[in-house]
Amino acid sequence: MVSDTHAGMEPVTELTAHRMGDVGRSGSVVVGVLALQGDFAEHAVALRRVGAEVHEVRTAEHLSRVDGLIIPGGESTTIARLMIAYELREPIIERGRAGLPIWGTCAGAILLAEEIVTLDRPGLHLVPMTVERNAFGRQIDSFEADVAPGELEGGPLHAIFIRAPRIRTVADGVDVLLRLGPEQEREPVAVQYGSLMATTFHPELTEDGRLHERFVGLCAEYAARVALQPGLAAAGGSG
Amino acid sequence: MVVETATQTVKAGLAQMLKGGVIMDVVTPEHARIAEEAGACSVMALERVPSDIRSSGGVARMSDPSLIRGIIDAVSIPVMAKVRIGHFVEASILEALGVDYIDESEVLTPADESFHINKHQFAVPFVCGCRDLGEALRRIAEGAAMIRTKGEAGTGNIVEAVRHMRSVQGAISRLQSMGDEELVSYSRDIGAPVELVRQTREMGRLPVVNFAAGGVATPADAALMMRLGADGVFVGSGIFKSEEPARMANAIVRAVTHYEDDEILAVVSTNLPRAMPGLEIDKIPESEILAKRGW
Repeated sequence: MVSDTHAGMEPVTELTAHRMGDVGRSGSVVVGVLALQGDFAEHAVALRRVGAEVHEVRTAEHLSRVDGLIIPGGESTTIARLMIAYELREPIIERGRAGLPIWGTCAGAILLAEEIVTLDRPGLHLVPMTVERNAFGRQIDSFEADVAPGELEGGPLHAIFIRAPRIRTVADGVDVLLRLGPEQEREPVAVQYGSLMATTFHPELTEDGRLHERFVGLCAEYAARVALQPGLAAAGGSG
Repeated sequence: MVVETATQTVKAGLAQMLKGGVIMDVVTPEHARIAEEAGACSVMALERVPSDIRSSGGVARMSDPSLIRGIIDAVSIPVMAKVRIGHFVEASILEALGVDYIDESEVLTPADESFHINKHQFAVPFVCGCRDLGEALRRIAEGAAMIRTKGEAGTGNIVEAVRHMRSVQGAISRLQSMGDEELVSYSRDIGAPVELVRQTREMGRLPVVNFAAGGVATPADAALMMRLGADGVFVGSGIFKSEEPARMANAIVRAVTHYEDDEILAVVSTNLPRAMPGLEIDKIPESEILAKRGW
C-alpha cells in the first residue's frame, strides 16, 4: 500500500477551542474546514502539518470564527444541498466576497465556480470559471499523475484525480497555478482568483504541503488585515 | 506525462470522498433519483433490498445489467452494485458496466465457500463486510479499498452493527498498547497479515475507510454508528421500507453530518414517518444470519 494514500486519515478530535470574536486570539491562524460531507478530516491533518489551527465548520456560527475556509473533496450534490439546508451558502458567499480566503478541492472547486456544468443546485458563484463535473469519466478513469510545479517552488507535484471535474474556461484575472497534460493541450488544474483557490485534484491525499502552505499564507494575510481593520470581518462574519 | 489509473490510492481515495455521507440501497432509477435528491453521496443498485431478499428466499445474485445501467444513467453520484462472495465473473461484468464501486456482499448468496475475490486484479474498487478486525484486514489484504461492518442486513435492528463496530474499534484500541513481539502472535490469533496489523496500530484506525451497515433504520441509528467511529453509513432497507422514503432519507443524511449535535438530531428525529418494522436477531434461524457468510 502506498503510504501517502492514508496520510490524512488520523481521526480528528472534536474542536474545542471556541474563540470569542477576536478576543484572546493566539498567534496561529484559524482555518475552517467545511465538514458537511467528504474528506474534511484529511484536510485537517494536512493543515495541522503546516502549523494551522483547524476548526470544523458545520454552521454559520462556526464560519464566523475562521480566517479561511476549505471546501473539501466529497460529493458536490450532497455538499450543495447541506450548505443550503443549514444556511451556510449565503454566509460563505458574503464572506468570500469580503475577502475571506476560500479553497475548494474537487467538489469544493465545483462549488466555487461561477458556472457549473450539471449540478442541480446553485453553487457559490465566487470564481469566474466554468467547471464540468465528473468530466474525466467514472471511477475506473480516476488517476494520479505528476504535475509540473508551475508557479509553485520545487519539483513536480503528485496529483490525485478522483471522478474529477475539469476547468473548461477561466475569465481574465484568474491565475492558473498548475496545468496538466501534454504541451499543446495543457488544462488548468489549480487556479487562484484573489484569495480564492480551486484545485480539481486532492492535495490533502498526499504529504506534499505546498498548496496548504500557500493557502494558510493567504489566511494569515487576511487575519492581519482584519486585525488592523476589524470592520472587514464584521461585513460578512456575523453569519 | 505518466498517468496511473486503478492504483490503491485512487481506489481508497473514492471511499475517502464518501466519508461523512450516506450510501443508500435503491432498486429502481426512481429510487436512485429520490436518494440523490435527499443528499445521498452514493447509491447501491440492487434488485431487492435486503429485507425482501430475506423474506423471499432463494438464491440472491448480481442484479440485471439493464437495471444497473438504468440507475447509472439516472444519477450523477457514484453508483455501487453487489456481487456474490467469490463470484469474480459477476465482478468483471459490473466492472464492464462502469460501476464505481463493487460490494462483495454477504447479502447475496455466496458463490465460493473458501475464497473471496482477488480484488487486486480489478481496476474498479471493492468494499467488503467485516465483523471484527481480523476479517477487515483479511479483506484489505485481498484488495478491498473500503470496509463496512456487516451488521445484520434487512432487519432494521442496529444491535449487530453496534456489535461489529465495537469489536473493530475495541481491537484497534487494544492494539495501541501492544509491543512488537505481541503483534506477531496477535496477528496469528486474528488471522490477519502482521504488516496490516502494524499499520492499523500506527494509524490508530483501519487503513481504509470504514462505514457502518446492516440494520440502520432511523437518524438516531445512523448518528449512533458515527459516534462509535464509523466514517459514514450504508442504509439498505431502512429508507425504502419506511413509510416516506424521501423524508427518511433526508433525515438520515442530516443526522450523519450533524451526528454530534443533539439539537439538530432532535429536530430531524421529530414526527418522522414510521421506520421499517424490524426483526429480533434471536428470532432469525441460524441459517438465515447473513453476517456469518464470508470468512
